[in-house]
Formats: sequence, structure tokens, C-alpha cells
Amino acid sequence: MKYFWVFFFAVFPLAVLGLCFAAPSMNWWFPYGNPAMTPLGQQIDGLFYLILGITGATFVGTQIALVYVLWRGAVDTEGKAHFSHGSHELEVIWTIVPAGILLFIALYQMDVWANYRIKANFPSGLVAAGEEGGHAEFSGPIAEVTARQFEWRIRYPSPDRVFHNEREVREWLRNPQPDDLHTVNDLHSPTQEPVMIYLRTEDVQHSFFVPELRVKQDAVPGLVIPIWWQALKPDEYEWTCTELCGWGHYKMKARVVAEPAEDYEAFLESLRESQFDDGFQTASAE
Amino acid sequence: MSTANPAVERAHDDAHAHDHHDIGFVQKYVFSTDHKIIGIQFLVTTLIMLMVGGALALGVRWQLAYPWTNMPIYGSLFGQQGGQISPEFYTMLVTMHASVMIFLVIIPVLAGAFGNFLIPLQIGADDMAFPTLNMLSYWFMWPAIFCFAVALGVVPGLGVNGMNAGAAGGWTNYPVLTGIASAAPGSGAATTWWLLGLTFVGVSSMMGSVNYMTTIINMRAPGMTMFRMPLTIWAMFITAILQAFALPVLTAAGFMLLFERSFGFTFFVPAGLVVNNADPTVGGGQPLLWQHLFWFYSHPAVYIMLLPAMGMVSDMLACMCRKPVFGYKPMVYSMAAIAGLGFIVWGHHMFTSGMNPMLGMTFMVSTIMIALPSAVKTFNWLGTMWAGRLKFNAVLLNCTAFVSMFIVGGLSGIFMAAVPVDIYIHDTYFIVAHFHYVLFGATLFGVFAGIQFWFPKMFGRMMNDTAQQVHFGLTFVGFNVTFFPMHLLGVAGMPRRYADPYLHPYLEHLLPMNQVMTWGAILMGFAQFILLANFAISIFYGKRCGKNPWNANGLEWVAPSPPGHGNFEEIPVCYRGPYEYASPLVEDRDFVMQTDVLPAADESPEPAPEPAADSN
Repeated sequence: MKYFWVFFFAVFPLAVLGLCFAAPSMNWWFPYGNPAMTPLGQQIDGLFYLILGITGATFVGTQIALVYVLWRGAVDTEGKAHFSHGSHELEVIWTIVPAGILLFIALYQMDVWANYRIKANFPSGLVAAGEEGGHAEFSGPIAEVTARQFEWRIRYPSPDRVFHNEREVREWLRNPQPDDLHTVNDLHSPTQEPVMIYLRTEDVQHSFFVPELRVKQDAVPGLVIPIWWQALKPDEYEWTCTELCGWGHYKMKARVVAEPAEDYEAFLESLRESQFDDGFQTASAE
Repeated sequence: MSTANPAVERAHDDAHAHDHHDIGFVQKYVFSTDHKIIGIQFLVTTLIMLMVGGALALGVRWQLAYPWTNMPIYGSLFGQQGGQISPEFYTMLVTMHASVMIFLVIIPVLAGAFGNFLIPLQIGADDMAFPTLNMLSYWFMWPAIFCFAVALGVVPGLGVNGMNAGAAGGWTNYPVLTGIASAAPGSGAATTWWLLGLTFVGVSSMMGSVNYMTTIINMRAPGMTMFRMPLTIWAMFITAILQAFALPVLTAAGFMLLFERSFGFTFFVPAGLVVNNADPTVGGGQPLLWQHLFWFYSHPAVYIMLLPAMGMVSDMLACMCRKPVFGYKPMVYSMAAIAGLGFIVWGHHMFTSGMNPMLGMTFMVSTIMIALPSAVKTFNWLGTMWAGRLKFNAVLLNCTAFVSMFIVGGLSGIFMAAVPVDIYIHDTYFIVAHFHYVLFGATLFGVFAGIQFWFPKMFGRMMNDTAQQVHFGLTFVGFNVTFFPMHLLGVAGMPRRYADPYLHPYLEHLLPMNQVMTWGAILMGFAQFILLANFAISIFYGKRCGKNPWNANGLEWVAPSPPGHGNFEEIPVCYRGPYEYASPLVEDRDFVMQTDVLPAADESPEPAPEPAADSN
């Protein structure tokens, strides 16, 4: 029976490895089997694979060691066990080596996080001159996204509006304007260039998650949080909520539409036309 | 140091004077102040709660495998919609599964059941320092169980005071969702009951932890120095310290939220929110405050839910491998390091929460470094098993599973500790996979081993090992079929707490995988009946055993099985550490008990000599 159990513990890591190797071809991997659709997301994927490599090697090594000591224990039945209370050298080795690897993992992550979340490191165009890391060619946010139970409300500044500095952005965030454009659960954005939205919530916490863009940020009552990304390819990206927000948490389904700049401008124009169309036909329209 | 408390010795003598004095059934088995009875009470209670929590989990699994279909058996008991699980019922199941498993199973089974039973026995004391406090710590569990039962929102007649659904804020219970009654069907009275239940659990834990610290510091038998204590006792000691320092924060936060909900205080809810068409909120709270306070307790709580199992597994592995624990002192220092670092890593639950992003880097470094003592412990367990003379029984199998699963849970933790990767996997099933590998894969397998290992000491009889091996095999297979694919769901981006993930096209293809996982969970759930049956039958019909059926070294194996009132026939004197298996000092056997007097060895009950010359 004991050899059965040694075999049993050997099957586990093999099954796990088999499943993990099969996963991408079975479409049990990143959404639609695609790499991230943003440069930053691709860096995140790279870090994921780096950690996967390190932890995978550790997993294989420790599981082999475990099965080996079990097998030795099943074979060696004569006499007493090896009498030892430990080894100082081994303790030092297996403290310092993992410490070095772990510290490397930690330090290696810093830049991606800083570029993603620290505003002074945002791409040029998203931080106005005068701010830390700011630039003259400031383009401002493309929209303000307000979460509520259970939908996302999107407010775009009028295509005519130009933000010159952060003060104007804050002003706009505080005061909805008559020429703002509105959609629900449908956020359009241009591709290729970095875009920024401001995220807020009207009621409870929600979380903005676009899996294919590798973007996630909680919406917190009382806070207005900037998020940026740079979609590489025009597409419709699924957008979900990942912070429990009530019974309808699962159905806050929305989409981020990334499209070429001219399509995006055309979309805003058609949105403006339909939003401000009062149905009244003027004589000159003949 | 470490002589038994004189006052307790007197009480001990008094107790012997009245040895045959009948104290009555109620005082002996119900409102008992005897740590062994209290430990067994905790154990039986938590095993029942394990089945309750498991049943709640099966509800969750059913919905994920067969969404919106009628659930057999279970659905007709609870489901209001003719057996169909509604979204608010689903979020209640998620919430209460976690709450029951964490607060009524894992924490009390480790600290309550094994802590109570083992601490006095393993340090050679006749009882806890404060027996009445100990009794109260058990009986404060029952108001907690009652409050959680009401919070389920399914008991007829208790749906009073505007409660129309069970508590559904998740076990983390983040306000604003739980701060305003109109935010969710379960955020009315049910959440208040939930918070009260949490408070009672906290009171129970706090009484236990004060008792454990006092007992371990003051009541060790002669010769039982700190570095002769079994690792179980070290783990319980460190856990008690963690609990004593972390728990007040959670209790305070719970009261703040209760006051906010009931008396109009505003700690967590900011002004001007319009929730579900209710009046706009007033005041000026900050939702992130709750998250900081909650995780300041609940991250150390993760170690409260793990460290005692680590200690117990170290003890059991040494005994079943007939070999000293490899690196006793590094094991102690690692546990201390985990406990210390455990206080400065709570922010890793909040990387995407909107806290200052600068903090993300600090918390990432501290979190990744906490993997270091965990790695050291794993290597030491492997070292303990190496070149041992393994006894292939269910205790060893469960302990091996503990190590194996802890490796998986520990390694998957590195992914979410890394902030950029956490951006993607935060609040996905990757997290669910990770904490089930740690809390079930590690802790519960350790508990299964511990139940069988100390069962003879509890009841004077052995559990059936074959039944335990079958239970282990089925549980291990069911567990991995259920939880390993969750890593893949997480990589696929499936968020947690979704009543119907398949509404989203990118998750549709995951339905068959979820169905397989659900059948794994059902297998695992039903396998627990083997454990329960074996436990119940063995109490009455198990093979009788002597004082030391495992040929183990600890002081608990000097006492009769089961130990009488006052535990030991005479006060044990401890001469060495608890792991002298395979010692060359004795010829005829491969263990040397802590109380054995060996003429060959230069040993004394004085603290000066170390457990063995070559220890480090």
C-alpha cells in the first residue's frame, strides 16, 4: 500500500503540470488566448510568465524532493532513522538563496507598477504642464466613468472642449456641462495613443476591469481616480465589475470600444447629433 | 523558571483529595472547566460547522455549474424560488460560506480545539491558567453561531426588522455596501446580526488567547524550557500573541460599523451618495478606512489560521518519520518571522483599492519577503522526512498533503504579491484558488491528521486507519479537482462572487470546467462523512490504546489515555526536547520521551543544556 501512496503523491504534480501545459491550447488561459492588448499589459504578462517560470521550477523541485523522501521512506525500513537535528549550512543556504530570488522578483516589478499608477510617470499628454512629470501637449481625460448599481455611466467632454491644465479638468469633473455627451455601458476610445479616464462611483464600491487590456481599478465613493491605457488594436473589449457591489454584481456587463482616431471622432459627432436632436425640423433643413 | 504555578499545584492537590467527588453530568461534560472537555467540545462543534460551511459551498458550486437550475435536496430546503438560487441568495452563500469556515471552523478548530486540548498536556500542566475563562471562551461561540444563523436569512420567523435576505457583503463586509441598508437586500438587519456574530467570535478568541499566553508562560512543567517546547506549543503561543494584538482592531472596526449602521455615526460612508434611490448620505466617512482596519486584523488572521497547523504537522511528521524535526530553532524563528511580518503586509489586499499607489511598493516588498520564512519551513519539513523510517498511515499522508498543498498555496501567493500581476488577477478566481490551497489544502489536511493523531489521547481509543486513508484519498482528489482549475479560471479573468459568470462572452467556455469542479466538490463534501462516521464510531468501538500508542516523545503521551482530572498522575519533569526520535542514546527503541531519565546522558531538568548538541 505504501508504494501506492508514493505513486499517488507523484501523480499530483504530473497532473498539475499536464493541466498547465494543456491549458493554453484548451483555451483555459488569458481571455481568447491573446496576449495583452496594451503595452503595459504585455509587460504585466511578461512579469506573470517570469514568476510562473520561477515558481514552476520551485514547484517541480520541491515536489520531486517530496516524492523522493516518501519513496526513500517506503524503501528504507531497516534500523533507525538518520539521527540529525538539522544542518546550519543548509539552513543558511536555503534562507539566502530564496531571499535573493524573492528580492529580485520584488524589485523587478517596481517600474511597471510606477508607470501604471503613479501619475508623474503617466505618458506624455496625460499630465499637464505644471504638474510633476507634466508636458505642454496635454490632452486631458477622454471621459469620466461613474459606476452605479448596476451599470456604468460615461460622460465625455464635448469634442470642442480643450483642457489646458489640471485645474480645468478638476473644474469639469466637479461640474457637469450642458455640452457633455453621455453613454451607458459603452466607452469609446481611440487606439494607439494613451487615453485616460477618471473613475468614480455614485453609490457603493465597484471595480473597473477590462481583462484584455489588463486594467483594473476600484471605484471608491468619495474618490476620483485616474486610469490610463493604450489599446494597440481596434476592437471591442469586454468590461466587467470585480468588486462585490450587491446582488447584481455579475451583470455589470459593458464594453470598451477602441477604434481608430477618425472613427472615434465620428462616433462623438454622431453621439452629439443624436443627443442634441430635438426632432424639430427647421425650414432650412429642406 | 518554569515550575508549575504554586496556586495551581494546591488546586491540583485539592482536586486529588476529592478525586471521586461526583461533580454531575452538566458540570462535567457541558459547562466544564476542564481544558480537555472544552477542547473536545470545540472540536465537535467545529466539525459540525465544517459540514454547514461545506453545504453552503456546495450551493455556490451548484450555481456555478448549473446556473439558475433547481438544486437537488438543498434548494427545496432554502431556496425561495422553488429551489432556484437567486442572485442575492448566491451572494449570501458566498458570504456565509466564508464566514462560517473562517470564524466557526478554521480559527476555533486550531486555537480552540487543539490549543485547548494540547497546551496543558504538552507543557505538563494540569489545566489552563484560567479554567472559567476557558469555559466562557467556548460558550461565547454559541451566541456567535446563533447570530450567524440568523444572518443566513433563511430561518423562518427570524426575518424581522426589515430583513429580507441573508448577509451578502462578502466575508470582508466592505462598506459602503454594508454601511447602508438600502445598498443590497442583505444589508439590512442581516448585516447587523453578522457583525454581532463577528464580535462574539472575537470575544471568544480573545479569552482563549489571553489564557494560552498565560498558561504557556507560567505553567510549564519543571525542565520544560521555551526551547524544549513542541513546535505546536510555539505555534499556539505565537498565534495567541498575534490574536491579542490584531483582534482589538477588528472588534473596534466592527463596533464602528455597528454604530454607523445603528446610531448614525459616519466613519466609512462619505457624503452625497445616492444608494438605490435612498436619500443622499450625509457625513464624511472614508470607505478605505474599513479596508485598512479589517485587513490589519484579517491578514494576521490568515496566519492565525495556518501557524498552529504548521506546528502540529511538524510534531506529527517527526513522529511518523521517526526522526527529529530538521532545524527546530529555524522553525521557531520562521514562525516568529511570519508573525512579525504578518503585521506589515495587510495592504496587499488593497493594491487596486485606490489607496496611495506608493504604498503598493512597500507592501509588495514585505509581502514577497514573507514567503521566505515559509520557504524555510517547507525545506525543513522535507529535511525532516528525508532518511526517516516512514509509517505510512493516514496521519503521515495528511501531513504530506499539508506540505504538498502548502507549496502550491505559497507559490501562487507570489503572483498576487507582485503588484503589476495583481492588477490583473486581483478579485479573480486565482485568489480563490490561492487561499483554498492554504486554508483547506494546508490547514484542514493538518487538522485531519491532528484529529487522528490525538484522538487516542482524547478518548483512549484509536481511529480506524483504513477508513482515514480512504477519507484522505477521496478528499485529496476532490480537493484538487475542485481547486486547482481555479488558478486557470483566474488566468482566464473570471471574477469572484459572480452568480452567473457566463453572461460574459469571454467566460462562456469555462462552464464545462466549472461542472467538473463542482463534481469534485461534491465528492470532497461527501467524503467528510467518512471522517465523521469514523470519529463517532471510534469513540465507542475503536481499538483501545495505552498511554503512548504512537511511540511519541511529548509530555501528553505520559498521561493516561484519556487523562483524568488534573491530567498527570505525577508532575512530569522534562529532560530534553520533544523530538529525540532515533536517538543513539537508547538501543531498544527509536524514541526517548521528554520525561525519560537516561543514565548514559548528562541531562538535568535545568534549562542550561540544549535539546541536543548538534542542534543549531
